[in-house]
Amino acid sequence: MHLAYPAVLAALLFCVGLYGVLARRNAILVLMSVELMLNAVNLNLVAFDVWLRDTLHAGQALTLFTIAIAAAEIGIGLAIVLMVYRNRGTSDVDKLRDTAEGHGPEAETTEAPAHTTEAAA
Amino acid sequence: MTLAITAPLAASAPQGFLSPTGVEIAFVLVGIATLAAAIVTVTTKQLVHAALWLVVALGGLAVEYLLLTAEFIAWVQVLIYVGSVVVLLLFGLMLTKAPIGRSPDADSGNRWAALTVAAASAAALVWVVVDAFRTQWIDLDGAVQGSTEVTGSILFRHWVLPFEALSVLLLAALVGAIVLSRKNGDSEPAPDGTTQPSTADKEQR
Amino acid sequence: MTTTTLAVLVPLLPFLGTVAGLLLGRKAPGFVRPLAILPTLTALGLAVVVALRHGGDGPIDAATQLTPTGSVPIELALHLDGFAVLSAVLVGVVASCVQIYSTAYLREDPRYPSYAALVSLFTAAMLLVVYSGDLMVLLVGWEIMGICSYFLVGHYWETPEARAASLKAFLVTKLGDVPFLIGLFALAADAGSFRITTILGEVTAGGLDHPTVIALLLLAGVAGKSAQFPLHTWLPDAMAGPTPVSALIHAATMVAAGVYFVARLLPVFAASAAALVVLAVMAAVTMAGSALAALAQDDIKRVLAYSTIGQLGYMTGALAVGDRGAGAFHLLSHGAFKALLFLAAGVIIHAAGTNSLAAMSRMGGLKDRVPDAFWTMTVALLALAAIPPFSGFFSKESVLAAAEHTATGHSESAPATAGWIILVAGLVTALLTAAYATRLWLLAFRGQGPAAPDHGRQPLAMTSVLWVLAIPSLTFGLTYNLLPDWFDGHELTPTLTTSVLSTGLALVGGVVTYGAWRHTTAMAARPPLGAVAADPTAGPAETEATAIATHTPAYGSIAEAPDSADPGRLLLGPLHSVAANGFHLDALYTALFVRPTQAAARLVRFLDREVVDTYVRGAGNAANLLGVVVRKAQTGNVQTYLSALLAGSVVLAVAAVLVAAGA
Repeated sequence: MHLAYPAVLAALLFCVGLYGVLARRNAILVLMSVELMLNAVNLNLVAFDVWLRDTLHAGQALTLFTIAIAAAEIGIGLAIVLMVYRNRGTSDVDKLRDTAEGHGPEAETTEAPAHTTEAAA
Repeated sequence: MTLAITAPLAASAPQGFLSPTGVEIAFVLVGIATLAAAIVTVTTKQLVHAALWLVVALGGLAVEYLLLTAEFIAWVQVLIYVGSVVVLLLFGLMLTKAPIGRSPDADSGNRWAALTVAAASAAALVWVVVDAFRTQWIDLDGAVQGSTEVTGSILFRHWVLPFEALSVLLLAALVGAIVLSRKNGDSEPAPDGTTQPSTADKEQR
Repeated sequence: MTTTTLAVLVPLLPFLGTVAGLLLGRKAPGFVRPLAILPTLTALGLAVVVALRHGGDGPIDAATQLTPTGSVPIELALHLDGFAVLSAVLVGVVASCVQIYSTAYLREDPRYPSYAALVSLFTAAMLLVVYSGDLMVLLVGWEIMGICSYFLVGHYWETPEARAASLKAFLVTKLGDVPFLIGLFALAADAGSFRITTILGEVTAGGLDHPTVIALLLLAGVAGKSAQFPLHTWLPDAMAGPTPVSALIHAATMVAAGVYFVARLLPVFAASAAALVVLAVMAAVTMAGSALAALAQDDIKRVLAYSTIGQLGYMTGALAVGDRGAGAFHLLSHGAFKALLFLAAGVIIHAAGTNSLAAMSRMGGLKDRVPDAFWTMTVALLALAAIPPFSGFFSKESVLAAAEHTATGHSESAPATAGWIILVAGLVTALLTAAYATRLWLLAFRGQGPAAPDHGRQPLAMTSVLWVLAIPSLTFGLTYNLLPDWFDGHELTPTLTTSVLSTGLALVGGVVTYGAWRHTTAMAARPPLGAVAADPTAGPAETEATAIATHTPAYGSIAEAPDSADPGRLLLGPLHSVAANGFHLDALYTALFVRPTQAAARLVRFLDREVVDTYVRGAGNAANLLGVVVRKAQTGNVQTYLSALLAGSVVLAVAAVLVAAGA
């Protein structure tokens, strides 16, 4: 099989995930996009492992580790998102602007629920 | 331009682009489906649908692993990603009271910048990858690369120490997730803003 | 002990007295008075011993080089000649008298310890100037005197007059000191040494390249220190200091330093005829102008101050005609009687409770109240007016004789022009001096009206020194035939022509003033004028400070009083007001120097604030503006940051790939 097929597929998948990370508003959707990026990397690892015929199978072992770490990451990430949601009433990443110039955290907490209400309606 | 690649195995099977094998055709077709599912995942306006399309994309990737003879990883992929991660994500969506149905503001205002960056990096990556690997072929006909037996043997023969370290990491992540998501209600009263939209959400559901 | 050791001890003792006084002044007030008087008295004794050992023989020189300077060497050197030893005795006598007098005069002053220490320091500095054989060391003493003068004039710093006067004294003398310093360097560069003996040797050998420039530069410093026209304006104002300070600094010693300096380096000045003529013109203008101004002053101390300026004019005049013996002779006799005049004036001010002559002329019986001051002041005024056989007569005659000698072309060093200028100005000034001395005496002691308030008997410490100083005022002139041995050997004996002329003029001046006084006293209705503000029970220093502070509010001016009974007003006519204000020189300086300087300062301030600061502010604002623009990027949206980061990574990666591929 031509090596370019998995490599190109992995690259495209990675960029799709990238777009999701940068463009999605909901933090959970951002996490999904991160999963896509991780999977693109996994595909690369597997493909190159097979291509190189590595006797240690470093690519596949690393893929397994990545999957495990991704599972841990998604668990922690969701916990964080849940906590943010609980504190702020929203999980939209572009509403979390505490580091912005001239914005205090107080302003955000009062502004955020209004937005959620709008979104719900 | 040409990137010089010194491959340890000069795989020079006499195939070309214009004479694809059956495996290649299957790979490309599944790849297209996977890519399409991924694109829908990151563009759909319905949040729950995004999770479901993610299932399709991850499943497609599992098929690709099978095609690359990485059998064990394919099943792990199905088990962990499709089985647990997506379920976890769905739970997350529910717990954060994500709206069901089309939400017009699923994408942030950063979309065009994101599109530009993603397209640029895609172009750069595809160009580099294609340019680098256009004369390389994977030999799928030799010994099986990713059977459960092979994977098990190398994992517990050569990679056992990282494997054990990983278990510690997973344990730490487990504890961390529990600590983070535990509701310590008496520490501080929930702000008014959190309760009002939740009731509104419930009514809507 | 050798003469050199003794001579070293002379300036050292008052200096140690200063240190001890400053250290112990606060902790042990009982030691302050002994520490002030004893070192000065001892220094006087040693100075007398040095003078006796010197005995009018050749100069004694001693020098030690502390450390090599790399270029022109600076040495701790003594140069004891007749001028030096006699001047040192004068300084010692006056300083001792002033210290004793001050113990009584400032007996209630809380700042007496620092005052006494400063007077001691001043004495030490003056003695250093007198004995020093090296110009750099001399300059050290010279500048210490300047700063001491600043502090002592400002002793009553609570009054604005004293503050202004001390600043003025400091700035004006420093104005002269800058060219003086440059002149010293130029002189040392030309002569290759700071040693006076070496320099004089060079001058005799004709080794000076720019004698005129050097002499004129040095003259500026001399004019500042010795209060010569046009830098004399600080001296009348410096009368805002306590009377003993006026007696010590502004009559007998500090102002004498300039004259003494010229006397020391006379060959340098004599090397340039132009410098001598300038010196003569300076002296002539100073004498005549100050005598006119003295005639118009109302403050008794300002009269004496202007008279000091005038007498210093005689000394510089003597130097201008190249006779330093006559100059030094007048310096010594004048130092004695002028110190006496000031100290007596202090007693009178205390007794009368005012420093205004107009107020004194409306008091009866002042002379009975202070008989010591009356008699000694009469002696001193006669000496000042140069009436024979008082000391002033002989010394002034020696100056006039020297001038006549030069004018008739008998001098080898000085131009005849200088002689004529000095002779004419000296004779005119002799007339005026007698006039203002008579006026002072008449107004102070022949006043009519209610009796002066009783301030009690004057302290012995104050009256006794008057008699001590009266002795040289009476008799010092008779030593005229001994002194040439100590000086250059020029004859100091009065000549018949000038004696008759000047004594006649002085008598005319006295008689005319007396007539004018009789006239005005008879004519004027004697309206009550002013009031004595001082408390009769107050100490002398406090009385004087009050008198100085109330003069301007009471009479409208620090210098004059609207007294129609003043003979000076009749004699001077329309000139009176001008003369009282020192010929408006201060106003002239204000218009010529102060205003342009202030305008330049305003211009600089404008340039700094409006022009330079614009750039500074512009730089700041530009940075601010940039900051505002950059701040806009800080949206707080993580996705934006990440987009920028990744875009940058892509660009970098592509660039890296292109570079690696060699495109």
